[in-house]
Amino acid sequence: MEFEEARDFSERCTQCTAVSWGITDEGTYYCTSCLNVTERCKEVESIVDFTPNTKIQAISRGLKKKRKLEKGWEWYVCEGFQYVLYQQAEALLSLGVCPKLKDEVLHNFWKRYLQKSKQAYCRKPIYSNDNKSAASDSHLSLSGLDSEPELLSIRSCPSSEGEAESQSDVNSGLILPNIKTTQCETTSVCSGSVDGVEYSRQKEKGILKMTLPMTLAFCYMSLLWQRETITLSDLLRFVEDGHIPYINTYQNFPEEMKLYGQDIKFFSVESWPVYEDIYEKMIELGKFLDLPRFPDITENCFLHPNMLCMKYLMEANLPDEMHSLTCQVTRITGMGEVDFLTFDPITQKTKTVKYDVQAVAIIVVVLKLLFLLNDNVEWSLSSLAQENNENNHEGKPYFDFRKWYQIMKKIIDEKQQKQEEFRAKYLWKSAKPLYYSSVDRSVVYKRRRMVANLQKQFSILVDSAPNPEKKKPSSFQLNWAEDQNTTCFHGHSLQKILQKKGKSLTTLNSQYWLSTQKFCKSYCKHVTTYEESNFSVSYQFVLNFFSFLLRIKTSLLHEEVSLIEKRLFYKKYENKSKASKSKKARRF
Amino acid sequence: MAVSHGHKGINFAQTTSICLNFIQEALLKHQWQRASEFLQHYFQALEDFNSQKRQVALQNIWKLGSAILYHHPKSNVETFNAFADRMKNIGVQNYLKISLQHALYLLHKGMVEEAYRNLNQAESWRYGEMSASQEKIIKLIQAYRGLLDYYTWSKKRTELSKFDMDGFATSAATQDMHSYFRQASVNLHEIIKIPGVWDPFVKSYVEMLEFYGDQDGARQVLTDYAYDNNFPSNPNAHIYLYKFLKKEKAPEDKLISVLKILHQIVPSHKIMLEFHMLLRKSKKEEHQKLGLEVLFAVLDFSGCTENITAWKYLAKYLKQIMMEKHLNWVQEGWSSRKDWWPTFHFSYYLAKKNWKENKILALEKAFTSGILLGKGCKYFMYVSKQGHKVQKKSIKTMKKFVMKHNILDSEEL
Repeated sequence: MEFEEARDFSERCTQCTAVSWGITDEGTYYCTSCLNVTERCKEVESIVDFTPNTKIQAISRGLKKKRKLEKGWEWYVCEGFQYVLYQQAEALLSLGVCPKLKDEVLHNFWKRYLQKSKQAYCRKPIYSNDNKSAASDSHLSLSGLDSEPELLSIRSCPSSEGEAESQSDVNSGLILPNIKTTQCETTSVCSGSVDGVEYSRQKEKGILKMTLPMTLAFCYMSLLWQRETITLSDLLRFVEDGHIPYINTYQNFPEEMKLYGQDIKFFSVESWPVYEDIYEKMIELGKFLDLPRFPDITENCFLHPNMLCMKYLMEANLPDEMHSLTCQVTRITGMGEVDFLTFDPITQKTKTVKYDVQAVAIIVVVLKLLFLLNDNVEWSLSSLAQENNENNHEGKPYFDFRKWYQIMKKIIDEKQQKQEEFRAKYLWKSAKPLYYSSVDRSVVYKRRRMVANLQKQFSILVDSAPNPEKKKPSSFQLNWAEDQNTTCFHGHSLQKILQKKGKSLTTLNSQYWLSTQKFCKSYCKHVTTYEESNFSVSYQFVLNFFSFLLRIKTSLLHEEVSLIEKRLFYKKYENKSKASKSKKARRF
Repeated sequence: MAVSHGHKGINFAQTTSICLNFIQEALLKHQWQRASEFLQHYFQALEDFNSQKRQVALQNIWKLGSAILYHHPKSNVETFNAFADRMKNIGVQNYLKISLQHALYLLHKGMVEEAYRNLNQAESWRYGEMSASQEKIIKLIQAYRGLLDYYTWSKKRTELSKFDMDGFATSAATQDMHSYFRQASVNLHEIIKIPGVWDPFVKSYVEMLEFYGDQDGARQVLTDYAYDNNFPSNPNAHIYLYKFLKKEKAPEDKLISVLKILHQIVPSHKIMLEFHMLLRKSKKEEHQKLGLEVLFAVLDFSGCTENITAWKYLAKYLKQIMMEKHLNWVQEGWSSRKDWWPTFHFSYYLAKKNWKENKILALEKAFTSGILLGKGCKYFMYVSKQGHKVQKKSIKTMKKFVMKHNILDSEEL
């Protein structure tokens, strides 16, 4: 379906009386709310009329200039990325995200990016005559272009900052890109896109270049703006499981958009995204785009620690009663504050919150508060709980850490093994192979055919077991309430571990140990690196478990835990002398 | 502006290496199905952008794939052939090597003609400059072809000897046989020149030479094979040479000199007993002394401890030597063994075991032990006591001899 909104058609829809129109492939109008198609056709647009809101799909209707060397369209690198973003947005929508994300939020972010990086929507796009000092100004030939609307990105419009492009007037003058015929011919040999070679060379200061990981940063930023129930770790997990296009998105480009040479660097990546990388890119992006403060993250938001902790507690099969403790920790450390949680690129340029990692770290801290996790206390408490459970069969059973450990360890070991196998079997190379130049092409295709043949040959040897159905994407990786075979600890009670002290409950265990003693005093504020051998086995297990759920490195989680403890026990850090005397069972 | 810390995610190279590990693990555990599953997902390594990695991937795939196809219950010769043909033609470096291994596989399956065809095809393949390693493989290919020619020759020879065909047919067949001989000998002759272990090739070549009456040629080949210092030390070479010379009825001195070398390389070989007999028959004193040493050396090895012949020879020889008063020979041989032979051969436990299982062995051993360790030896005592009940007379003789002649007493003297 065409995404383009037809601004000039303002009749009411006969079926639903709304006034919101789109354009179908055939060029007729359709109502976007009830999908009623009319007979009215859009006039064939002239160059002048081309509105800036079109997405890449517009290509399918325009007239194309056939390149002499390779049959195909001319396309620019940012158009390729636009297409990728489009696919990703569609995927997110199919996961149940609100459609506004694609139509408004992501789209606007993208337009703003193009504007800021001076590729479109501005007075002097990079590819215009004036900016380029390339020698081939004189070669500018418009002869082949007269009747052909160039592809969308090289539109110029009166520079309107902000997101109100939809109101902008149609421009009167069109500054066409400098086609640079001769230079074009030579450089384009090395890339399917028109500007592939330059794009990689371009080192203009202050411009943030587009890469595949950046597309995920865009996605995440949009999700954050919408305060959707998908965290960054969820997003990256969906990418790895294939629910969101990332690895071989170029396969879905239109047939005529040829991709080779330098383009490979941009659109093909042979590694999965890393949490910290996307996170940092998002912050960079927010700053680059000069975005205002994001919508507030309040207590009823999914991303608030109270909600996220609940989610992860459920997933980790831990008692619901722990939730009140996590809320307390959140409150004491001030991590539930709106200002702390909301991303504000203008004032706090270099940070936002890793919501998922933080929530999980809070849970780890609470576990430490309850059980100490020094390879000793937790087991004695378990024995107590077990004794009690054997004698008492009424009421809620007491939570037995040992039992929990045994069940979870088994599950997590199985899951880790399955994941190893999944990764080992992952097919990076797609059916549409990439090649560096037209010389390579035949060789590369031949190789692909050979690989396909070999696979076919060996598939006879493999039992044709029914392909395991692709996992349906879900927020939860583990589900306990429905499973009758294993124990679900959600309803278990923490009674024995908490004892009454006046009006409130305190933990039976009165000790604690800090994950990190020293913080780096300099600007970067990093913590000392996580060395597994320094810590107890239970702590390692807990870290491993949660890191696996989030698909992050254990050191990252450990870092987050240390930061929370720093807030929680700040007094200990302030007074160094007190720190050494305080009641801790620290192991180093 | 925030700087990216260059976080690296899990990438293609890492997952292919994990995949490779899974394949290898599955092969070790003989899980052919599982190995095939993972191999299917490893093929993409052939599409790596890096040419070196592609070459490594190719070699891995050939090794692992051929192993799987060899063992997998669902695979057969056709599948293997198809696979090998495909692998050969990826790049040029591997054509010869894979062809050779393919041919060996076919031989393994008993498909001699197919293997021959393969080798022929490989031998005539040429591509640009030939590197040194390719030359070596070509030689190997030619050698195996020579071996197969020998095999055909041998078959034809058997056929000819079986049927009494008249004149015309016989001569045609004989001509055929001769041509195979010529073909085979060219290649076999070539490969034997290169230092290495070529037992089957040598044997075949020598057999053919012998058949055609070229005794000198055969002798030369075997001598070179055994004595050329460039060649790795190979006990079999000496055995072939010895057997050949024995057939030729070569002088005993010659035989002894050949076996002497073998004695140094493999003192525990069965043929050493034959060597001992040769030495015993010789007139030279040094040979006689060596005869004792040879026997001692044979019994040093745990594989020969229950060899009755060896013990019989030793017992008899010791008796002979003691009577000839060459005590020093015995002492010399015994000095390096007296610390460990008692526990190794003559323990009380072994006495009971040997007596129970094999009385003859026990008697021979007992005699020996008596001579070497005196009558107080546990083995001797046990066996004599047991033996007394059964064979009074021979035991008595034995005891008498031991009393008179044993090293201990002589030492005391």
